[in-house]
Amino acid sequence: MSSLSDGLQDGYALEFRATTYRLPSGAPLISGLNLYVARGETLVLLGRSGSGKTTTLKLINRLLEPTEGEILVAGRPIESWDPIQLRRGIGYVIQDAGLFPHWTVERNVGLVPRLEGWPEERIQARVREMLSLVGLPPEEFVKRRPSGLSGGQKQRVGVARALAADPPILLMDEPFAALDPITRADLQKEFRALALRLRKSIVFVTHDVREALFLATRIALLDQGRLVGVYAPAEFLKASEPEIHAFAASLESGGGHEGVQ
Amino acid sequence: MNWYEFLLRNRSEVFERSIEHIWLVGASMAISLCIGLPLGVALVRRSKLQRWVIGAANVVQTIPSLALFGFLIPVPWIGGVGASTAIVALSLYALLPILQNTVTGIAQVDPAVTESARGMGMTPRQVLWQVQLPLAAPVLLAGVRVATVLCIGVTTIAAAIGAGGLGVFIFRGVAMVNNQVILAGAIPAACLAIAADLGLGFFQRSIARR
Repeated sequence: MSSLSDGLQDGYALEFRATTYRLPSGAPLISGLNLYVARGETLVLLGRSGSGKTTTLKLINRLLEPTEGEILVAGRPIESWDPIQLRRGIGYVIQDAGLFPHWTVERNVGLVPRLEGWPEERIQARVREMLSLVGLPPEEFVKRRPSGLSGGQKQRVGVARALAADPPILLMDEPFAALDPITRADLQKEFRALALRLRKSIVFVTHDVREALFLATRIALLDQGRLVGVYAPAEFLKASEPEIHAFAASLESGGGHEGVQ
Repeated sequence: MNWYEFLLRNRSEVFERSIEHIWLVGASMAISLCIGLPLGVALVRRSKLQRWVIGAANVVQTIPSLALFGFLIPVPWIGGVGASTAIVALSLYALLPILQNTVTGIAQVDPAVTESARGMGMTPRQVLWQVQLPLAAPVLLAGVRVATVLCIGVTTIAAAIGAGGLGVFIFRGVAMVNNQVILAGAIPAACLAIAADLGLGFFQRSIARR
């Protein structure tokens, strides 16, 4: 953990070098990906369903192993990290939050610190700090179960859990996609403020252009497992690639993606 | 003389046979759990093998119990006349519901939950013990409940190979063409089954509520 933070003092947080991931059948889900994530930036992976966004994320926390090419984490080849230690140094938030339904909010948020063997009073303090950070009054929420939370509250708890052990890297897989438009807009705003403040290296997966434009330091556009290009948000809609025109059109028509302006 | 007078008059033997019965069921269930739980866990991710093993357990289940007891008598080591043969056969019967429910119980755990558990850095063992098994517990217990009730019923037949239990009264009653004696075995066995079903059902609900 500390070594993952130490390794991030300079250089890129993450780097893909000609990375390919194939299914056992041989079909590639990601082909020849070259991409880096700078320290403290929010890189948004944008693409349609099946473009390889989630696969890319799972390669970072070694839920999947690349078939070809290299991945560097904090400048070191990913295979040189112990997968368990690596994952504890990388926060992970997924669409349905993935909270443990049989645990209280307190236990859910304290998961990684507890796995890391923090002393109990430090865990308690950290859990409360994290809940306040994501806008949930701790005394009201610690004893509740995920089943008693709204969709937005679950995602907030999910973010609190991912941040609890203070990981230098954060992976977010369409965390706000299942929320209603108003809650989503609230969480996007708060998350942007949080990202700017915490200076984590964040990889954020979405299919929503508005969300990408709002949150990204840079946008990486994926299409059918290939990287189309990496753009600054201001340049994204002006770029000439045909894949971008499809996204721009979805933006003009409203496209069903109600995000933040 | 009706059945409960018979039962009262022979209460010490009825009690003894009930204890024997409970012991046969308990030992068989313990063995079945020791095999079924780890086997079920191991089979969750191996769908091909899973079909074969559950298929085999299914076949065992279709063998008439009296025939299975009979088949086992000549088998060396485990066979012979008496309780140990009965326990082997009963364990085989109880295996299917336990195996089946272990596999389904773990398979029905939301994949988002297990994946985030792995993604947060839990070891496979921690994922199993802290996430999968607790979340599978209600389904798993339903399997134990079915297996126990089944086992209490089948154990009455184990008396045919000299294993004892409440079946002793039933076989004696059949031989004597005496319904009172049959009922003196059948009614306590039914009571045991109902008690086990209610007890485990209560436990199952209290686990699910947690």
